[in-house]
Amino acid sequence: MVESYYLAAFIAVSALATFATRVVPFLFFEKHTDHPLVKHIGRFLPAAVMALLATVFLQRSSGWQGQLPGADALIPAFLVIAIHLWRRNALLSIAAGTITYMAIQQTGLLQGAL
Amino acid sequence: MNHKAFKLTLPILFGYIPLGMAFGVLFATQLDYAWWVAPLMGLVIYAGAGQILAVSLLAANAGLLEVAIAMLVLNARHLFYGLSLLGQFRGAGWRKAYLIFGLTDETYSLLTSRPRSDNRSQEQHLDFRITVLNQLYWIAGCTLGAVLGEAVAFNSTGIEFALVALFIVLTIEQLKALGDSFPVWAGAAAAGLAIMLVPATHQLVAGIVIVTTVLLIHYRKHRSNVLAGDVSRG
Repeated sequence: MVESYYLAAFIAVSALATFATRVVPFLFFEKHTDHPLVKHIGRFLPAAVMALLATVFLQRSSGWQGQLPGADALIPAFLVIAIHLWRRNALLSIAAGTITYMAIQQTGLLQGAL
Repeated sequence: MNHKAFKLTLPILFGYIPLGMAFGVLFATQLDYAWWVAPLMGLVIYAGAGQILAVSLLAANAGLLEVAIAMLVLNARHLFYGLSLLGQFRGAGWRKAYLIFGLTDETYSLLTSRPRSDNRSQEQHLDFRITVLNQLYWIAGCTLGAVLGEAVAFNSTGIEFALVALFIVLTIEQLKALGDSFPVWAGAAAAGLAIMLVPATHQLVAGIVIVTTVLLIHYRKHRSNVLAGDVSRG
């Protein structure tokens, strides 16, 4: 019984803390939606965050030990960029990159020989 | 419009099912709770890294204050996300609270990257559908992982790269829409700095603090240029 109270409280606290981080800008900046600084950040931040997320998760999905450090994720990443610049079809670019990455990971293609 | 929302969220489906399953498997193998607690967490907490951290906090019987602090720190990057959506969520009524609740990295990425018409209420409906679909994928992943537990035979190894690919595609789309590569370079450089300087759990928030600071400086320069331009024209 004590156990399930703890679990319920744990989940409630985690949910509130997570929601708090998401709601804060709406509580404090709503009135300043049209302020030039808020507009500037709002306009440029998504591009910066996207590049940041891409970089951080790309680094995490690659192995840096082999003879070609990072190639297991960088090759599919460049494939995504090339195909996207060529056809500009998001699903196609994502599928091509993901399948290539999966093939490299599952066959261990870039681990020994190269 | 449902079809449109589904197409937009398809990459998230391929990312959230395996990631949700990873959480579910971890939950089932590390903890002794009923399986349905895993999807329940996906329903009310709805944070990828947050829930994975929650498993280790639960296993360690962590104090509630510690839990609150850990969650706040881990999700601190979300403090900045809303700034880009203040205008878009305005007047969304009862949907607004849910749109804010569902603002994960991936949902934020989709909502800020997709093209928008002037019909704000119609766009908010689509935002809402996107957010609901994404959370359903996540809950489905949590459920599958928790039910199957160790029985999961992972030959989907590497499928989570779909999210990395999505971020790359969205970076290109942002770049094209913005016509200015500065924020992209700033974001990538901030990520590089964070990767080198701080441990993995704090890299995202460190990177976002760095890049927001850079954008503040960028704003001041931008503004003084605009003012200087006004003076020379006047």
